[in-house]
Amino acid sequence: MNSRFVETFVGFFMLLGVLALLVLALQVSGLSTELTGQNGYKVTAAFDNIGDLKVRAPVTIGGVRVGQVSSISLDPISFKANVTILLDSNQNKIPSDSSASIYTAGLLGANYISLTPGFDNDFLHNGSVISQTHPAIVLENLIGQLMFKLGGGDNKKADTTEASKQ
Amino acid sequence: MHLIQRLGQLGLKLCGDFGRATLFLFATLFRLPRPVKSFPLLIQELYSVGVLSLIIIIVSGLFIGMVVGLQGYNTLNKFSAAAQLGQLVALSVTRELGPVVTGLLFAGRAGSALTAEIGLMKATDQLSAMEMMGVDPLWRVISPRFWAGFISMPILSAIFSAVAIYGGYLVGVKWLGLDNGAFWGNMQSSVDFYNDVVNGLIKSVVFGFVVTWISVFQGYDTVPTAEGISRATTRTVVYSSLAILGLDFVLTATMLGGW
Repeated sequence: MNSRFVETFVGFFMLLGVLALLVLALQVSGLSTELTGQNGYKVTAAFDNIGDLKVRAPVTIGGVRVGQVSSISLDPISFKANVTILLDSNQNKIPSDSSASIYTAGLLGANYISLTPGFDNDFLHNGSVISQTHPAIVLENLIGQLMFKLGGGDNKKADTTEASKQ
Repeated sequence: MHLIQRLGQLGLKLCGDFGRATLFLFATLFRLPRPVKSFPLLIQELYSVGVLSLIIIIVSGLFIGMVVGLQGYNTLNKFSAAAQLGQLVALSVTRELGPVVTGLLFAGRAGSALTAEIGLMKATDQLSAMEMMGVDPLWRVISPRFWAGFISMPILSAIFSAVAIYGGYLVGVKWLGLDNGAFWGNMQSSVDFYNDVVNGLIKSVVFGFVVTWISVFQGYDTVPTAEGISRATTRTVVYSSLAILGLDFVLTATMLGGW
């Protein structure tokens, strides 16, 4: 077989492999947003409870993605969760009295941070702290509270069943 | 008593096979490199092992991606979570289906061909003739085939994964009308490059190593008759498939900590 023909095809094969890896890296795993996202600015927020929030979770304003969670750590004194948020550098007009809340996407989806803009004329900048935060709503706690509230209702139900027996 | 003797025979044969395969592997790997002379041989083998397997890999990747997309859409739609289809397709393909199915196809397409080729060389005394001429058959025949398989397998696996994800995209977005942005966005937010893509590639490297090792050893170790070659080829496919599926579990279990 002609060796130039073979070499060309092997070259194409190698090229195709590199191309496929690039597609997997950039298009599928979103490595590009991770790499280019570094030129944003970082703000921190302390939450009582972050629920199931993970690093790289989206940060949104009104549902539009403006950044991502870059790190999560525990404050050793106040035992609050310190969340560092990396905001895109073109989102530089976010008022400094904005509040941050942790929501769940859908009933069973992943957690994300939603920023509610305030009315201050100062803007968030690198190193600033979001003081107003709302912790994640943990479903188990909600159910627990509901059960506690319904406790009286259970007794009543038992009464009525006994009454119906008589 | 006879039965116990047979069992012992089998055990000794198994140990002997493993020992010879390992010695053979060391003899193939640890030798003085001769880059100038062996590079054209490697290119030739990359063509017959890698490039010629490309068509089957691309076609099956496309169809597997499309099937996963279709099945996933129907199931996810019951929970009105069809927007997560991109995530489902990408994770299942990069983590499991890509390396495993590529490995199985590679064993069937390239591994059996390697075994048959080397086995026939042995049966027709070509390997002995090379030794007579002072050419080491391990260097001239085995080594380029081994390295070609080892190199092409991760490349084929990456191509398979990329094509399969586009197959899922074709079904989900182009045919069933999912939102394009949601498809890729959910995929990108859930697939991690190191934990998913790189671990999948590590798997495919391991599978490539094991499959080519089994196929060249079975070819080299074959009984030099027509029946022996057919048995060796069958053994290559069976052992490779079992090794891939077994190793896949072990690798997944060890990598799971990072997920």
